[in-house]
Formats: sequence, structure tokens, C-alpha cells
Amino acid sequence: MKLTGAQIIWESLIQQGVEVVFGYPGGAILPTYDALVDYQDRIRHVLVRHEENAALAADAYFRATGKVGVCMATSGPGALNLVTGLANAMMDSSAVVAITGQVASHLVGTDAFQETDVTGVTLPITKHNYLVMNIEELPQVLAEAFYIARTGRPGPVLIDVCKDVQQKMIDYKPVTEVKLRGYRAVKPMGKQNLPLLLQRAKELIDHARRPIILAGQGIKHANAHEEFREFVEKSGIPVATTLLGIGVLSEDHPLNLRMMGMHGEAYVNMAIANADLLIALGMRFDDRVTGNLKTYAKNARVIHVDIDPAEINKNVPADVGIVGNLKDVLRQLTPMIEKRSYPAWLEQINEWRADTLARDIMQVEFPDHMLLAPHVMRMIWEETNGECTVCTDVGQHQMWETQYFVHKRKNQLITSGGLGTMGFGVPAAIGAKIGRPQDEVWAIVGDGGFQMSIPELATIVQEKLDIKIAIINNNFLGMVRQWQELMHNKRYSAVEMWTPDFVKLAEAYGICGLRAKTRSEAREAIRIAREHEGPVLIEFQVEKETNVFPMVQPGKSLSEMTRRPVIQPAALGGGMDFLKGKE
Amino acid sequence: MLIDRIEAQKNPTKHTLVAIVENKPGVLNRVASLMRRRNFNIESLAVGTTEDPTISRMTIVIDASKTNAALVERNLYKLVNVIDVQDLTDVPSVVRELALIKVRISDAQHRGEIKQIADMFQSRIVDVAKDSCIIEVTGEEQKVDSMLRVLEDYGILEVVRTGRIAMARG
Repeated sequence: MKLTGAQIIWESLIQQGVEVVFGYPGGAILPTYDALVDYQDRIRHVLVRHEENAALAADAYFRATGKVGVCMATSGPGALNLVTGLANAMMDSSAVVAITGQVASHLVGTDAFQETDVTGVTLPITKHNYLVMNIEELPQVLAEAFYIARTGRPGPVLIDVCKDVQQKMIDYKPVTEVKLRGYRAVKPMGKQNLPLLLQRAKELIDHARRPIILAGQGIKHANAHEEFREFVEKSGIPVATTLLGIGVLSEDHPLNLRMMGMHGEAYVNMAIANADLLIALGMRFDDRVTGNLKTYAKNARVIHVDIDPAEINKNVPADVGIVGNLKDVLRQLTPMIEKRSYPAWLEQINEWRADTLARDIMQVEFPDHMLLAPHVMRMIWEETNGECTVCTDVGQHQMWETQYFVHKRKNQLITSGGLGTMGFGVPAAIGAKIGRPQDEVWAIVGDGGFQMSIPELATIVQEKLDIKIAIINNNFLGMVRQWQELMHNKRYSAVEMWTPDFVKLAEAYGICGLRAKTRSEAREAIRIAREHEGPVLIEFQVEKETNVFPMVQPGKSLSEMTRRPVIQPAALGGGMDFLKGKE
Repeated sequence: MLIDRIEAQKNPTKHTLVAIVENKPGVLNRVASLMRRRNFNIESLAVGTTEDPTISRMTIVIDASKTNAALVERNLYKLVNVIDVQDLTDVPSVVRELALIKVRISDAQHRGEIKQIADMFQSRIVDVAKDSCIIEVTGEEQKVDSMLRVLEDYGILEVVRTGRIAMARG
């Protein structure tokens, strides 16, 4: 079958099971968009309003479905706009394939119109990338790209296709086999003696008295939720999750302590700081998780299982380091361990937890006019029965979401972790809604991040996506303001934000816009939004200068958290002061 | 594979890594980019073809007192175009470097002395001009280093070294 390079791109995508492409056309990708006309019945193309959001939506689509997200852009500026989204996918290990147009092969290297060395630019932020200057390579490259993106530790792969390659014709045969000499999905260094390592892990577990499991996104990528739950329940070991690990075990599971790290609850961090064994599964000891490495879990032995050999011993030395797919590893490890429980250890943790509960601001009866961001999170959780998919942006609201929304469903939260990409929330909701059309999808965003993604409101309308957007508006870049308050003597620098009339803005796009200033209005707005068919934007005007606590300040140890104050009945008389943290 | 960071710190030696890579455009760039972005300190990097034209071989020398060689090894291993990585540091191996040294010749007596030195180091004079000559020396780095020290007094005009290449014995 004689096909053009452009047709081969679409044929390959269909063969890979791709149902949706997030993209933006332009000169060097024109032949591929021309061919799209004949494939529109088989592939949905979502026209975003900025290429960055194509990459972010593709990333979120992967997180929502487990299927490779695909984005497309033209050469030069189009491809460069993908960069932040690709870096986001790289940091959070999302399988994304980006296809970009490049100038014709004879013009490569001449500074031609809209030419950029895109493979050079994206080299450090992709798992792998390709420049295709020869049509014979194209089918194989496309197959390889999908294989590399989705296997092992997932990641973004970029294919830069010269314009003449898209136009040329060859005899096309679907590629059924990928031959990569150096690449394997699971590739431990040298020969790994897995039975021996598992035996050592078992011995460490047998001797532990205060063990804790640190659960990361690797469990999700291995689709090992069931195996993980079995391991947890048999071992009786409490679990702390990373931000991206939220959703690998229901947050109402009695052994799930919930999120650890910089804004994890104090009892979770205390448990880690006092543990004698860390069982790290599919996580990478990010600095936001560990705080000061020198004092991190000083008395703990470490078992570290990850699919990426370069993560073992990177930040925290492992006593037992295992490179492997967590599904396989847990299937072998769980039968080896004894069924146990740790009553004394759990009692200790519960003591710390009781202290956290005594500081729970949800127990405070605020006057109705005091609307705090945590209230909004809790209300959305209550009103949706905790059943919706939540996409957040980055900042204070993101951390409050993790604290006040109890994630029971698998992979319920979609958020930008490693890169902390502001402007992620709205495009992520687009990707998530397309991936999970039956789901109620909420984008919870700050006023800062939302203003980075306003143009995508048009995409939401054009694609008829029923997305509920909750803007937590405190007229500040809240997290930056918090750092300036706590670490820069309240010298506020470029954090106050004027915001437009979000309700009118929504209406300009033909979206239902609502505003809530009090707690009762907030609940009402959420109810209206849920009943309304189609997209809704709610602006929640929340108290302006509140901080996310607890907080492990940068460079501090996990045990040195700035805590929420203990709530005194008289506290409310003093206005908002009691919301300030105390060492 | 246990606690290799700590072990690396115990032996602050030069580590020799050999990476067997696919001979494709941009592979050197990928390796160099990895070193830069992970802040790995490399002492030398030598690349060349092998008996198989589709495969290249890189010899990378790392100062393990500055950089965790095991982490370099693992990160290299992750690259899609890298087929295999061997750490030859503690493996019996043949290690060589080639250097070209251009030495000043001020008078006829020096010419004779330099010829003698070249012979002692089992090296060759590969170019002779009126007031200089080029010596080609092959060996382990220490041999090249000591030859350079001996030649210093005559006036070294130019030096080029290939960096270490290595192959496991047997």
C-alpha cells in the first residue's frame, strides 16, 4: 500500500490504538493535517489554544486512561511551546508521544523559516527523541516511540518529522515488531539476583518493629493496586504516599496514613522520621518528600523497589535495592512475608494523629462569611460524594486538595508533581474529561494558574466538555506569598494579583459562571454547578492570607514541621491569627 | 548493587566506564548532555567505532571523588541507544592512551637527548622540523604524564591526548 509519510503517521496512530490527538497546526506539519481530513472519523483531534496545553492535556489523558497521550505541533515556535508540557511528562513519568513538523530535510541546519533544533532542545526533557529525515525510517520510529513511551518507566518521546518526509510516499507495511538493541522495559544493571534480594527484603521486614511503606506512582504505572493492597494487608505495615502516589490505595483504608512530605500531615512525617524500616515502592525520594536528607529517617533501613535503576541509591542509599516492575516484585514478595500487625507502632502513630486531629480546622465553627480554601475542597468532596476526578493546578490549593479531599478511588487525582507546572489544571481537565467521559471532572485551580490557561476555555466550549472549574481566588500567588511571609520576613514581591471578573469572563465564553464569597454560597454554587449540564466556572473568593500547614520548610528535617496551631475555643475572637503556624 | 554510593566514596579513584552504544546520529550528544545535566564530572571521553559498524564504543573516565560512578553507570544504562555499560575499574584490563607531544629543539644536542628519551619510553618521533619535533607515545596515563614531566625542560609547545581507552583482558 503506497502511503505518504503523513498518512503513515495517522495509520500508525490508529494501529497504536490512539483515539485522540491534542494539537495545533502550522507550516511544517501541514501535510499531516491535510491527511487528517481523511482520518477524522477514526481519530479525534482537539484543537487547543496553545501548544503547551496540548502536551499537558496529553499528559493528563495518559494519567486518566493509562493510554499513551499524543500531542502534535508545527516546527519552531509550535514545538518549543510543547517544551514545558514535555518536561512535566518527563518529571512525572507520563507516556506521551509528541509529533512535530520540521522544515524540509534539505533545509535542516540552514536557519530556515520556523526552524529550531527541536531534538536538541528536547533532549534532556524526553525519554528519547527522533529526527526523521528519511521516510523509510518513519514507520519503525513511530512504533518505537510508542513502545518506549509506555514501557518501563513511562515518559515522553518526541518525533520531529521533516516536511518532505510527510509528503514522500513509500510502500507501507504496518510495523509489528520493535527491535531496540539497548532498550528493555525492565533493565537492572548487570545480573540482578532477585531471589536473594527478595530474601534480604523479607529478612528486613521480619525484623522491623516500626516499618512504613512509602508508596509512589510506580505502583499505578505497574497497575499493581491489587497486589499492593494485598502486600499492605498481609504485612500490616502502614502506608504513606507521595503526591503522585495518592490513589494507589484508598485513602480511607485503615493502614493508609495518606500523603507525606513538605505538606503531609505531621503524624505521617513523624512516622517516617521514627521508622526503623522504609519500604519505598515506585517512588524516588524527591526533596519535597524527604526534607533534609542528612537527617531523613536516620534510624531506618531502606528497601527500595523501582523500575528505574538510576533511582536506586540516587538520594537515599538502599540496603536492598530492587529494579523491577512492582506487579512482578510484589507478587513474589507478598507470599514470602508473614502476616503481621504492629499494634504498638500503630498506637504510637495514632497518638501523633490525635494531635493532628486536635488541630483540624474543619472542627472550627467559622462564621459563614469566612470561606477558606480547605472548606471548598471539603465541600467539593462532600457534594460529589468523593467520586469525581480532580485535576489541580500548582500551589496552595493543590496542597489543600490533598489534605481535605479524601481520595478513595483509584487514580482519582491528576496533578503536576515533580515539575510543579502552573497552568496544568485546566488543560489536564480537558485531557482527563476526554479520557474519562463518564466521569465528573473538576479542575481546581488558583487565580494565578487559571490566568495561565484562560484561552483553553475556548477549547472546552468547542469540544463540548462538561468540566467544572473551581477557581480558588485569594488575589495572591498564594504559595509564593506564603514563602515570602515565612522565609522572607513578609516582604511581598510580585505576588499580589488583580483578577478579572471571572463570571463575566466565563459568560464571554458562553460558560456558566458563578461566584461564592461565603460558605453557604460556596455549597450552593457547587450544587448548581453539578446540576448544570455543561461547563461551569465558579470563583470562590477565599480568605486571602492563609497558609498551608503543616509545612517542612526547605532544608529542615521532617520532624521540624511548622504545625497548625492547636485550636483554642477563644481563637476565633482573635480573627485569623490562629491560622498562622507555630514552630 | 548495594550501597554503591558509599562504596564509591570509600575508594576515591578514577573509574573507567565503557559504554557500548548504537552508532546513530546524536548518540555522543546524548551521552554528553546526560553528563552535563546530571552534573557529572568526567575526566575524559573517547569514542570510536568497533568491529561492528553499527556499534560504537565510548570509554569514559570519572573522578569518583567528585562523582558517584555507579550513578553515572546507571544513567548511561537508561539511554535508549546504550546497549551495555561495563565498569572496568576493578576488572583486569588493558588501558591505553595516545598522546602527541610537540617539543622545542633549541640545539643539535637536544635533538639527540630527545631521541634517547623517546626510545626509553618506547615512543616514536613521528615528525622532525628545524626547531621542533613531534613524539607519539602510547601507554597508561601515568606513562604519558611522566614523559611530559621529563620533556618539560626542553619546552613543550603542544600536547594532544586521546583520553583513556580500555578493554577487559581475556
